Amino acid sequence: MHIITMENQVKLILEKHGKVKRDSLIPILQEIQEAEGYLSEAAIVEVGTSMKIPASKIYGVATFYNQFRFSPKGKYNILVCRGTACHVLGSSTVLKEIEKYLKIKAGQTSKDGLFSIEVVACIGACGLAPVICINGEFHAKVTSESIKKIIDNYRNFNINEN
Amino acid sequence: MKTNITVNSKIVEAEKGEKVLDVLLRNGIRIPTLCNLKDMIPTGACRMCLVENEVNGKLFTSCSYPVEDNMKIRTHSPRVLNARKTIIELLLSNHPDDCLYCPRNLNCELQSLATEMGIDRKKIYGKKNKFNSDYSSQSIVRNPDKCILCGRCVRVCEDVIGVSCIDFINRGSFTTIGTTFNKGLNTSSCVNCGQCLVVCPTAAITEKSSTEPVLAALNNPDLKVVVQYAPAISVSIAEEFGLPVGTDMNGVLNAALRKIGFDYVFDTSFTADLTIMEEVAELIDRIVNNKTLPMITSCCPAWIKYAEEFYPDLLKNVSSCKSPQQMMGAIIKSYFAKFEEIKPEKIFSVSVMPCTAKKFEAQREEFTSKGISDVDAVLTTRELVKLINQYGIDITNIDPELTDSPFLKRTSAGKIFAASGGVMEAAIRTAYYSLTGKELSKYKINETRGPNKIKKFNISIDDINLNFAVINGLGNAKGVLDDIRKGKSEYQFIEIMTCPGGCIAGGGQLINSKKDKTLKRANTLYEIDENDSTKASHQNFQIKRLYENFLENPMSHFSHDLLHTSYIERDVIL
Repeated sequence: MHIITMENQVKLILEKHGKVKRDSLIPILQEIQEAEGYLSEAAIVEVGTSMKIPASKIYGVATFYNQFRFSPKGKYNILVCRGTACHVLGSSTVLKEIEKYLKIKAGQTSKDGLFSIEVVACIGACGLAPVICINGEFHAKVTSESIKKIIDNYRNFNINEN
Repeated sequence: MKTNITVNSKIVEAEKGEKVLDVLLRNGIRIPTLCNLKDMIPTGACRMCLVENEVNGKLFTSCSYPVEDNMKIRTHSPRVLNARKTIIELLLSNHPDDCLYCPRNLNCELQSLATEMGIDRKKIYGKKNKFNSDYSSQSIVRNPDKCILCGRCVRVCEDVIGVSCIDFINRGSFTTIGTTFNKGLNTSSCVNCGQCLVVCPTAAITEKSSTEPVLAALNNPDLKVVVQYAPAISVSIAEEFGLPVGTDMNGVLNAALRKIGFDYVFDTSFTADLTIMEEVAELIDRIVNNKTLPMITSCCPAWIKYAEEFYPDLLKNVSSCKSPQQMMGAIIKSYFAKFEEIKPEKIFSVSVMPCTAKKFEAQREEFTSKGISDVDAVLTTRELVKLINQYGIDITNIDPELTDSPFLKRTSAGKIFAASGGVMEAAIRTAYYSLTGKELSKYKINETRGPNKIKKFNISIDDINLNFAVINGLGNAKGVLDDIRKGKSEYQFIEIMTCPGGCIAGGGQLINSKKDKTLKRANTLYEIDENDSTKASHQNFQIKRLYENFLENPMSHFSHDLLHTSYIERDVIL
């Protein structure tokens, strides 16, 4: 069986693009993120060497866009809706509370690899505001209290699963 | 094509297509700028140079806007002044208010513009920046809180030095300058040249200070504190004491250093002579015995780190000689220690350098033997000036003194090391003598001098045709180095200096971005060379004596141990 490791996945993507100019940098980064779930340091260095762009420039471009993340997603990826309706109903407090409870910031992954937080502009479920979405499951009208219970449920579920 | 434009109701001649800012400056109108860098493509990032277009009433950045026919502009209309003032107020709104404790206090472009704009109270209260400072580098400290995002450092690092270890990261109000994954500079490809901190308008990038350990050593009665200063130092401090830029302060500097309390004072130009003896011997050995050519100089520690990172396959081309600083460090703790009967561990060896990369070089493990480093602390020109001021020395009012024995004598060949092309010129003088047994009839080698980015020339010595290149600014080295890699380099000997202009424009020099002092300092160096009676390193009688008494001869087993080293590939994020 041929095992596709992370390194040669990046190489395959780069090979596919062939001799590339600077303007294909973002599509390449998008494909890598698609394949790996995030942009690793190794991937950025690899892209830099093969495209002859300093790694700092690639990191600069990638951090400019919200779509790129630099740590692997957690087992449970929490999407926090920051759309208008959710905002009006206090999604900023919800986000802060989640960050505080998990001791990570949006875009980061908890040390145990269980949770990651992602901010999205609008999930399209304004009637349920403020809404969060964990691995496709929607949680409506969350509050700073209910959010802790929700997270604990996932944590307990994970322990029972193991 | 010439055209006339109206500036503040006065007709002014201008070249079509040139930048409006250049016209204004030429006509005696001062325009404040923060992101503008001489001879580089403008970015228009800071908006300070705004002027008003009288025809359509719009404000535009004069640094990036080309001259057009029938332009009518106002440079200090109420709208312009108001806009500039607001920019500064906005910059100050998230900037730390700790000017009094800031390393760039009274020498800060943001501070002086705030004064100029008449800002006397806080008008806009913003959330203060709160980033982590980066102390990881041996040479450079980054404090992103003080950054105003002008982008000068990013441009210099990319265009002038060709390293590009920093860039803008994140977006909007979270934007900051950082390395890949915002890690410490020590893991990045930074070569420690310090050109970024010289162009930084604030204290967002500063040097790592070594003043404290030096003061501690000076106050320790058990230690003999020895100081060496680079060839560039004596021509680089005059303006700080109200003397004309470029004045040579050699003798006075010796006296000042003794007044500060240094027990022995040496001029690194002496070991620059020694470097030439070793380097020329190595070059001739490589040419005669068909070894790896071209040989590249190894005096510049920033270039060495660059080679370790970007061109590790060319490290065999780099001369094995230590830099003059490290040679001086090595002989101070061996020959001099024996000569004066002091134990090497009782010597605290300080060097004063126009360079931040020397701080990094001094702590490399290659330059430490048995736990004793050859050079214990490196001060920059700026730190030296601070020391002189702290100790209340009136440098304009003291008598010149000589350096200490046994390294009293330097030739002017060692002195011109401080300018780009100087190492090359000094090397050719001695190489000619070594190959032919005769002195050069004309010591001055014009091709090595001047501000050109790459200086190529060839000289025939005794039927050997030699091609030389002087790389003035690390960013210009790429083409030449790639040629060597491909095996089609025509050169035998290449000098590479990281800072454009050489050490006299180094990253450790006094900061004043408004005036270009490189030319004046270079002129002084060449004047010294013109007037000196010994113009070639091999004529230095104390170098001869050093070989007779201690080192035997250049490239001997003994000098190889003490004065030569080797470098290996460095693993960093490129």
